[in-house]
Amino acid sequence: MTATEARPDRSPEFGGNEIGRDRRRKEDARLITGRTRWTDNITLPGMLHLAMVRSPFAHARITGVETAAAKDSVGVVAVLTGADFDESLGVCINAWPITPDQKAPTHPPVATDRISFAGEIVAVVAARSAAEARDAADLVEVEYDELPAVVDLEEAVKDEVLAHPDLGTNKSALWVFDSAQAGTGGNVDEAIAAARDGGIVLERTYRQQRLIPAFMEPRSVVVDPTGEQITVWSATQIPHILRFALAATTGVPESKIRVIAPDVGGGFGGKLQQTPEEMLAFAVARRLGKPVKFTETRSESLMSAHHGRDQIQKLTLAATKDGRVTGLKVELTANLGAYVALVGGGVPVLGAFMFNAIYKFPAYQFNCQTVLTNTTWTDAYRGAGRPEATYAIERLMDELAAEVGVDPLEVRERNWITHEEFPFTTVAGLEYDSGNYEAATARAKEMFRYDELRAEQQARRASGDPVQLGIGVSTFTEMCGLAPSRVLGSLDYGAGGWEHAEIRMLPTGKVEVVTGASAHGQGHETAFSQIVADRLGVPFEDVEILHGDTMVAAKGLDTYGSRSLVVGGEAVVRAADKVLEKARPIAAHLLEASVDDLEFKDGRFGVRGTDQGIGLTEVAAAAFAAHNLPDGVEANLDSEATYDPVNFNFPHGTHLCAVEVDTETGETRMRKYVACDDIGVIINPLIVSGQVHGGLVQGIAQALWEEAVYDDTGTLVTGSFVDYLLPTAADTISFDIDHTTSPATTNSLGTKGVGEAGTIASTPAVVNAVVDALRPYGVHDVRMPCTPERVWRAIREGGAGGDTTGAAAPHFDASTGMEGTVDRTDGSSPEGGDQ
Amino acid sequence: MTRINVTVDGMKVADDVEPRMLLVHYLRERLGKTGTVVGCDTSNCGACTVHLDGQSVKSCNVLAVQADGHEVTTVEGLAQDGHLHRVQEAFRECHGLQCGFCTPGMIMASVDLLGRNPHPSEEEIREGLEGNLCRCTGYHNIVRAVQFASGHLAAAVTAGGGATEEVAQA
Repeated sequence: MTATEARPDRSPEFGGNEIGRDRRRKEDARLITGRTRWTDNITLPGMLHLAMVRSPFAHARITGVETAAAKDSVGVVAVLTGADFDESLGVCINAWPITPDQKAPTHPPVATDRISFAGEIVAVVAARSAAEARDAADLVEVEYDELPAVVDLEEAVKDEVLAHPDLGTNKSALWVFDSAQAGTGGNVDEAIAAARDGGIVLERTYRQQRLIPAFMEPRSVVVDPTGEQITVWSATQIPHILRFALAATTGVPESKIRVIAPDVGGGFGGKLQQTPEEMLAFAVARRLGKPVKFTETRSESLMSAHHGRDQIQKLTLAATKDGRVTGLKVELTANLGAYVALVGGGVPVLGAFMFNAIYKFPAYQFNCQTVLTNTTWTDAYRGAGRPEATYAIERLMDELAAEVGVDPLEVRERNWITHEEFPFTTVAGLEYDSGNYEAATARAKEMFRYDELRAEQQARRASGDPVQLGIGVSTFTEMCGLAPSRVLGSLDYGAGGWEHAEIRMLPTGKVEVVTGASAHGQGHETAFSQIVADRLGVPFEDVEILHGDTMVAAKGLDTYGSRSLVVGGEAVVRAADKVLEKARPIAAHLLEASVDDLEFKDGRFGVRGTDQGIGLTEVAAAAFAAHNLPDGVEANLDSEATYDPVNFNFPHGTHLCAVEVDTETGETRMRKYVACDDIGVIINPLIVSGQVHGGLVQGIAQALWEEAVYDDTGTLVTGSFVDYLLPTAADTISFDIDHTTSPATTNSLGTKGVGEAGTIASTPAVVNAVVDALRPYGVHDVRMPCTPERVWRAIREGGAGGDTTGAAAPHFDASTGMEGTVDRTDGSSPEGGDQ
Repeated sequence: MTRINVTVDGMKVADDVEPRMLLVHYLRERLGKTGTVVGCDTSNCGACTVHLDGQSVKSCNVLAVQADGHEVTTVEGLAQDGHLHRVQEAFRECHGLQCGFCTPGMIMASVDLLGRNPHPSEEEIREGLEGNLCRCTGYHNIVRAVQFASGHLAAAVTAGGGATEEVAQA
């Protein structure tokens, strides 16, 4: 299948051979045998179970809550409504107010008088078992006065129906970047005006549909208030941020709170949140003095855990007649849902820096209006702002190529930054440190057999084949490794972007590494062990990675934004280097040599020019015994480091996708997918392959299958895995992936992030392929997800295939005689639908 | 309450259960078999897949009382005498898991698939695992793992990142 490349650079000065090796994962021994510690596995003596009562209405006033029957139910300990809690319940915070005048409604964990989205919590039941809690929750009678709900994003902007009447508007914040004002480029309106006179102006509107992260492990939280510290286990990506938020909003001292993220079953941004359920479990446990557990059902997860994407992108691209871009103007409307979430408006704002992608645009303007609606709140989902931006520009570059009449790769080449031009400061103000778009593209074309597939496409077009071949291109880049703290500060984010590591050299020769990153499937235990094994010259097996517990890893900023390796890994490297600095004088003392005569190689301090030496682990044992140390030296080698990145880093790659589109049925089938990513130096190619494959499928799923759909009243139609179309093994294909290597210059390992790359790149590659297949039919856009119906309509009716209404993917065929789900928007009978 | 007698991972157990109790809840809450997990409430995800008398079933779709008099094998009972099952080995070898939450169900479904069809094609593997959802791997390396377990791959993964070599069919 794919060719392989030579192992990336080792660390010759350390003699290591772990970096670049496809080590099998340490984590797997537990996970493949069921020896796991998911939060929901935890059972404590006297533990009570919680169930939530949730609003079925998207916007309503609560006029009464009757809890007597529930309280009287067998096994019930407490039934609590909003009125039963005081301010010690805390609130859900927004850490990134994107403008000083941002409008953000207060987000209480439980609603007291008004409901803002369907799924919002109205009451909580605590009972002896989960089943008893659920039974009792069904007995809670809530009376609602339904209010008009604003669900549609375009309607919300008009401010005719308000999601939060008290705010007076649905518009939360307007965030603007203008290259002329920032001094990073020219005036975009002038560029567009100039292009209207003899150049090319493309005006397009793209819809980023709403997606649901849909991590496989439903969220779960256990809170134990017995003992001096309150211990919180949560299926979260962010134990440290959660601890901070709990302390900051409940009044409980931070030192009294311990948060543990045990085994966490995926996140993809969906567990980057301070949730109402965590806040309520914390409050109920404190109130009852007993451990409590809440585990959501999948249906609860889909309706109440945050969603992602959901933007309308109005784009104006100016170019010369030969396809050189002269300016890009972006007018973005972003749906926040009912509340401004933890990152909130910061998600679309992250995209501001990525619309110019790998290209040299002379002028650029980005306007982002965030909008509140009566829908589930939105926040980070794999890529967070960058997939949306990449989709827009990569779709536009294909449109430009069609307008100019050249190959899509040709128009990209006319605009991209060439490899001689790095470091390159972009029109959005970022400095790209390294990259080689030519090399990645050349390799991808070779793997794809690009020219052969283009020839096949021509032949099918010429013969009028009902199954057309489409070829899609995506030459993406992204900014990852969140983030330089000073940059975050300049953007008004509420925290920094550093990461912390500690290394403890144990007297038995084992090495404990503590990281503030918090893995939930990424394989940190394996990859970080490889880094430390090389750096310290100790066996891979002797390194233990500890994480995800604020009592063990006291300092950290957790895992998101492809930051763990490039920020957290660099902190590990620096802590390891400090271990060696501490060991060196002890080694010199024990060897009766001068510090200057020592060299460290393969885990051993040797005296230059002699065969004398001592192993690092022997030095650690000697430090522990402390019988014979130089004066004034600590009796251990333990070290810690906090690393604040000086810049983001910029993975890039060329993805090529071939699809076969049946023009008679509208069905799209994946034929071939090639990804050549440049993610700098690779620590573990096996783990990288997994990150790429999984990322690809999430991005492809946005292009072809997934969409969170609401009906007009704000009920989530795709409220179970029956209706929210997660791809299966049968929907997907095997991928051909490879890498080119331009090491990052801003960290000592030369690494770049990889967690989000596949998702960011693949969505436009697939839609470009679908549109490419249909260009002879006059189609220049198909709205996502490119369902068979939409493709079919696009061919026959023009346009982008229309809106999604009612059921996104009716799962009962009317021809089977089964009633059900043809169109639930207006309550019409299935007979009324056209299948 | 109804009395049930079940053999789970080779151990004979007898319990009184509510008739409405699902097998997966019985395994997790009563027997502590937390290796088997719950991922959805519509029997779509397959994370709870176990074997009932050697056939894979979604244990969220079986009542505990239906297991009365039968034999249940979970992911925790797959390894024998300290040796991993070849499908467990294959998932590790081929990086067929990331967060690991779908893995118990995916492994149990794969064991059943290979039991019914020892030499499946890629398409047969993909169709055979259609009832199990994974959000991390994109299925690529899960397919490789099943191929590896079936003896159809010599070296699972090489340094290029997921590259594989097909070997002649056994």
